[in-house]
Amino acid sequence: MSQVISANRLSDGIVVFRAPDGGWVEQLRDAEILADAAAVKAALVLVEQDVKANRVIEVEAFAVAIKDDHVEPVHLRDKIRAKGPTIHPGHGKQAAL
Amino acid sequence: MYRYDEFDAAFVADRLNQFSDQVARRLSGELTEEQFRIHRLMNGVYLQLHAYMLRIAIPYGTLSSRQLRKLAYIARRFDKGFGHFTTRQNIQFNWPALKDVPEILSELASVEMHAIQTSGNCIRNVTADHFAGASADEIEDPRPYAEILRQWSSIHPEFTYLPRKFKLALSGSPHDRAAIQVHDIGYQLVKNDKGETGFAVYVGGGLGRTPMVGHKIRDFLRVEDLLAYTQAIVRVYNLEGRRDNKYKARIKILVHEKGVEAMREAVEAEFAAEKSELLALPAGEVERIQAYFAPPALQERAEASLAVEARRARDPAFAAFVDTNVAKHKRAGYGVLTMSLKPIGGIPGDATAEQMELVADIAETFSHDEIRVSHEQNLVLPHVALDDLPAIYDALKADGLATANAGLVSDIISCPGMDYCSLATARSIPVAQRISERFGEGARAKDIGALKIKISGCINACGHHHVGHIGVLGLERKGVETYQLTLGGSGDEACTLGDITGPGFSYDDVVDAIETVVDTYMGLRADAQEDFLTAYRRVGMAPFKKALYERDSGADI
Ligand code: SF4
Repeated sequence: MSQVISANRLSDGIVVFRAPDGGWVEQLRDAEILADAAAVKAALVLVEQDVKANRVIEVEAFAVAIKDDHVEPVHLRDKIRAKGPTIHPGHGKQAAL
Repeated sequence: MYRYDEFDAAFVADRLNQFSDQVARRLSGELTEEQFRIHRLMNGVYLQLHAYMLRIAIPYGTLSSRQLRKLAYIARRFDKGFGHFTTRQNIQFNWPALKDVPEILSELASVEMHAIQTSGNCIRNVTADHFAGASADEIEDPRPYAEILRQWSSIHPEFTYLPRKFKLALSGSPHDRAAIQVHDIGYQLVKNDKGETGFAVYVGGGLGRTPMVGHKIRDFLRVEDLLAYTQAIVRVYNLEGRRDNKYKARIKILVHEKGVEAMREAVEAEFAAEKSELLALPAGEVERIQAYFAPPALQERAEASLAVEARRARDPAFAAFVDTNVAKHKRAGYGVLTMSLKPIGGIPGDATAEQMELVADIAETFSHDEIRVSHEQNLVLPHVALDDLPAIYDALKADGLATANAGLVSDIISCPGMDYCSLATARSIPVAQRISERFGEGARAKDIGALKIKISGCINACGHHHVGHIGVLGLERKGVETYQLTLGGSGDEACTLGDITGPGFSYDDVVDAIETVVDTYMGLRADAQEDFLTAYRRVGMAPFKKALYERDSGADI
């Protein structure tokens, strides 16, 4: 199953996703989609650098599904992380969507 | 109100300097996350689902207007304009940046507040009855003792690394509003037959994955022995509590495994061995602290208020508000006013910066500059003249703070759940919102009467669901949210844990299920005076189970 790597930015804690260029982005739609376990493993090795460089903390990979070019996390927890609190449509990433 | 002395001020300033330095070193990369995490947590900074979260202690739930205004300022300047009052009388900000935390803590220190010991395996913020010093049924104000415990337990070197977190609560009234029997130690102020004041001591209560009601290990503890006895309990726990398994590390497990009698003996032995002048509370010191909590100078007033009666006669909404949200004060002509942070369909415990400022202003004008935070996630004005109620009501109403539902079905406790919490297995706030919308604050809610619904988003039970008259626990089954119901729990002096009804309900069905429970109660209650809990205790689970699981749909797993 496809996966995306997420983390929290050290300075403000905001959830970020790993982008295809190896940087970190705030919106899931800009994230790199990793097609299989091998790709995830390889990316996690690279991400270690960013952890060591104190850019991000709490790195984790999570499952996503792709429908009509749209990336959607599989689990509710990751959906909420990618959008913001379901009770506050004005806060979190969803505010910018 | 208590004011910091030179020791308090110096200790908070020291800690602020240390933590500011630690944050700077973390941001520069000198400290790794692993090295930093413990410092971060010891200063109340968690990492949650979306961002960091800062938890600020509100000792025994007492705030001045100045302090509440500062919280409003922090909400607006460093957060998203609101804060969340928790079930431990704390406030949490959900979006602070780590780089701003030292500045936030410095702002807090300027009003004698901090976030120390709001996390970690130490003695946490000491909680107390939110009606303390005001309620008509009180034996004595428990807050001076809570303050003494706060001072004693703050960065106590022996108790900074306990097997697990440790929570104390105190009640000064026979009617326990502080849920002391579900705390690690609960102190209940009592009078002995000589008329002296002391404490009944409860140990080993707690919720979470293994909920337990505390055991009374002493009927009467002299006031002067408060610290020595607390030390004895925490010492026994520190030595014997399990450190091998985080889920078995709370004192409730020790009491359970060791047995109540053996625990009592161990505590008494430690107490006798260590009983020294050193920890005996000098009467002068108790009086010195008590002076900070002296009741405000309230002028004489008539028992009934003509202003209230006149307004009541022409304004049913005001009448409902007074009936529901005003409790009896010690003094004639005064009341204890609950400002519900549970607007219908709103987020339990959330308050905007504007609301905090409004409450601060009202408290300054009408309640001797004092506000309380209740563990039920509401705010309280402890000393209001009944004659002022119409003016207060109008001011509150303008900002959505006059919901007439204190203690009713829509006054729901809810933990943050999966909308914020990284440990959650399900959402809890939206369930609370839907229940609140279903029952409202009108005639139906009034007819249902006293009913406490409490919701947690995982088995850690921050929403106290085990002691809800109706408890709701959000779980995850096969990737889907499911909600388990418990009935008959109670966190007061007749503390009981709720019984699980049976299989859980889906997110879509859980509100219908709760309505089924409520309708079943309405159908079987002896009369309108028999509240839900009393009726449940009389009839038991059977009729509720039947209604829930023998209906056409609903039970889904
Ligand atoms: S009960 Fe669980 S979900 Fe709710 S706040 Fe506590 S840890 Fe988080």
